[in-house]
Amino acid sequence: MTGADKAGNLSRRGFLHVTALAGGGMLLGARFPLNGARGAAAATADAEATLNAFIRLTPDGTATIMAQNPEIGQGVKTMLPMLIAEELDIPWRQVRVEQADFDATKYRGQMAGGSMATPMHYESMRRVGAAARAMLVAAAAKEWKTRPEKCTAGAGVVRFRNKSLSYGELASAAAEVEPPNPRTVPLKDPKDFQIIGQAIPGVDNPKIVTGKPLFGIDVSVPGMKYAVFEKCRVHGGKVRSANLDAVKASPGVTDAFVVEPTGSAAPSPSIFQVGLPNGIAIVGDSWWLVNEARSKLEVTWDEGPTASQSTAAFDRQAEELSKQAPEQDLGNDGDAAGALASAAKTLEAAYRYPFLAHAPLEPQNTTAHFHDGELEMWAPIQTPQFARGDLAKALGIPEDGITIHLTRMGGGFGRRLYWDYMLEAALIARQAEVPVKLVWTREDDTRFDYFRPGGYHFLQGGLDDSGNLVAWRDHFVSFGEGPRFAPSAEMARNEFPQAFVPNFALQASKMPLGIPTGALRAPTSNAISFVVQSFIDELAAEAGKDPLQFRLDLLDAAAPGTRTSFDAGRMKAVLELVRDKSGWGKVDLPEGTGQGVAFHFSHRGYFAEVVQAAVSREGELGVEKIWIAGDVGRQLVNPSNAVNQVQGAALDGLGQALDQEITFEGGRTNESNFHNFKLLRIDQAPPVEVHFVISDNQPTGLGEPALPPVPPALCNAIFSVTGKRIRSLPISRHDLSWA
Amino acid sequence: MAIAFTLNGKPTTVDVPPEMPLLWVLRDELDLKGTKFGCGRSFCGACTVHVDGEPQRSCRMAVSRARGREITTIEGLSEDGAHPVQAAWQEIDVPQCGYCQAGQIMSASALLASNPQPTDSDIDEAMSGNICRCATYTRIRAAIHRAADLAQAPPTSHETATGGSEA
Ligand code: FES
Ligand code: FES
Repeated sequence: MTGADKAGNLSRRGFLHVTALAGGGMLLGARFPLNGARGAAAATADAEATLNAFIRLTPDGTATIMAQNPEIGQGVKTMLPMLIAEELDIPWRQVRVEQADFDATKYRGQMAGGSMATPMHYESMRRVGAAARAMLVAAAAKEWKTRPEKCTAGAGVVRFRNKSLSYGELASAAAEVEPPNPRTVPLKDPKDFQIIGQAIPGVDNPKIVTGKPLFGIDVSVPGMKYAVFEKCRVHGGKVRSANLDAVKASPGVTDAFVVEPTGSAAPSPSIFQVGLPNGIAIVGDSWWLVNEARSKLEVTWDEGPTASQSTAAFDRQAEELSKQAPEQDLGNDGDAAGALASAAKTLEAAYRYPFLAHAPLEPQNTTAHFHDGELEMWAPIQTPQFARGDLAKALGIPEDGITIHLTRMGGGFGRRLYWDYMLEAALIARQAEVPVKLVWTREDDTRFDYFRPGGYHFLQGGLDDSGNLVAWRDHFVSFGEGPRFAPSAEMARNEFPQAFVPNFALQASKMPLGIPTGALRAPTSNAISFVVQSFIDELAAEAGKDPLQFRLDLLDAAAPGTRTSFDAGRMKAVLELVRDKSGWGKVDLPEGTGQGVAFHFSHRGYFAEVVQAAVSREGELGVEKIWIAGDVGRQLVNPSNAVNQVQGAALDGLGQALDQEITFEGGRTNESNFHNFKLLRIDQAPPVEVHFVISDNQPTGLGEPALPPVPPALCNAIFSVTGKRIRSLPISRHDLSWA
Repeated sequence: MAIAFTLNGKPTTVDVPPEMPLLWVLRDELDLKGTKFGCGRSFCGACTVHVDGEPQRSCRMAVSRARGREITTIEGLSEDGAHPVQAAWQEIDVPQCGYCQAGQIMSASALLASNPQPTDSDIDEAMSGNICRCATYTRIRAAIHRAADLAQAPPTSHETATGGSEA
């Protein structure tokens, strides 16, 4: 993208600028405020976020579109260019997609997270394409000495009467046209869409199926050495001493040293929750050999205060806290205590969910090279902009001296929102004075995660004598200190059923935590949905009502005047659709088979799901099918990817519920690899039937919101067969046998 | 010590410690990055290659055991991505992040070589050693069935009649 451009006639408008390419053709760059930037501000910490998109149109008729956002498997590298190509009106086969490097001077909002790409870019990317199309038409009109309105454009060709010119033929002339104002350039009527709404396969598929290097772990640079990094197994522990000489004498090892960062300014505390990287780097000519040399390491560690923390201790502490007055009120409507005291029926239950790891299949890695006073990196990272700022602080070098090449990511799920491994690689490369590729083992990846925090909810619910829910109290025991929750250990005060129950209290107490936590796909929702939708099921049973109808009734009970971001009508629509599609209450299921239902609103998406499961009398569980109804607005940009994401998210939720948990002893993570942190396998994966409600709302993303309803819907299905309530995850810890 | 084997049809010799796993020989000595590292302990299948046609986890196979054998990696499965499994994977749009897919494709192609029309439960059994963290399992199943069909009636690469010929 660089080098070939010549300075061209810069637009006075400042929104779009066009450059003539040296070899012919045009380069169009765009800069204007993101649609939905305000909503995104929380995610990007950049309220003034502006977007730059780049289209390069060459005389051969090819449009090369830079994919600006990092690709973690969410399909954004295909989806954003589709939006541009639609309005540019060029056949998809003439489109090339290139991954842009991280470049804060060119692009903004280069991040993957929060299912934000669709809401942020849906309209603005289209406007870029439409502007380019208008310029091509203007160039053709000039050539034919007519007015642009008299010309038509489509499928990569501009026409007037019997004349036609292809975009490729027009590209150089279009570079001389003043770009239009993208805010006012007309957009297509959605009924004329040719690309948006089509099932377009991922642009990297040909490379993926032939094994081309694409991922961070595939990077190789001249003169590169390999590195491993041994950290204290107790989170936050530090090296006291180590037998470095013995390690250095191992085959293939060229260097071994203690890494101690020296940066002056403090980087983000939410990333370096247990301090900057501290450990022992082993560097050498082969990754396998340096990793083998790890077994020779003898290290004396200063384990620090976290060595006293364990899952068993958290469980005990939470139980004690539940008996005490909550430390903090998060929200109160009406009078929950009074309503519970006067309710016709009350119910109490304690729910618990475990810590979880992200376990992306590609272990963390980064290649780092210091040269000419600058740092060049190749990294699988969801948040390059924040990473760079932090790296600059921790390394004590200017931000613009850091170049980050974005690689495809072998999964993210939130793990690569954090850049601990990038800083490790940079520190090692600086000390080793050679380009270094740091690759974690699976064990490193499992142990040193930013875990989805576990949590405890002590619930009370009250029903009136018609079985309506009149009171809800949740004492949430979580992690954190003082007023602050540990990252992703918080709970929104307006989480459902707030505003749907007249007397509602959400209270919290916290335990200190020395273990890093962070966002896992559908953060907070992935845990809270299990609690809320399971307890609602308990209340429905107590009321003697059908659990799905009980939910519909509850959605009708929105307290007047309390407006939330939650649209009960949209949720009812998906709930009714999933009821009809799953044959809820209508099909005769054999003995030992049952259905369960749950819904959840997160990331602007409305999802209701039914799980059908069989449980033998001996307690063997088989999940037979999942039905999903979702509402993410008026347009699925790429239905192929949409269904893939929803099915994947649902099965991800299933894997979590069935058998996943991270536990701690002595401040160490117990689990280490896929034998004890178990990901779902194909023989456990049921069919997932996906339906969408197309509603007249802004299109939103699909990477996350289908996950949260699965665990509670499955547990509710198990209850319908066995009469046993699953109040803690994973399900594998429970005896499901029934008589 | 020099170790010789056939790699993707070509005679290959490497001089590495004999206990080095084939995975790392492929990736770091021979620069074939298609075979992936996921767990290093035979749990995930990301590193699956064919050894004399059989699927093997290369992360736990010492390179000395490759001596004299025929190794096929994802790069050697076809010249140009035209193997029925690779074609079906693209047609069904299986990948999400894509990281597991080389291993999935190697396991699937080995399955189809021994069982040209597998049932869903054959697929579940043969593929349960391959983890897909993105859980593209629904499409993996569909793509294996599609590949089975493609392998039976390979599409001709020159013009295929697309209508009207069979009135
Ligand atoms: S890397 Fe070989 S099975 Fe996971
Ligand atoms: S596609 Fe991501 S692990 Fe399979």
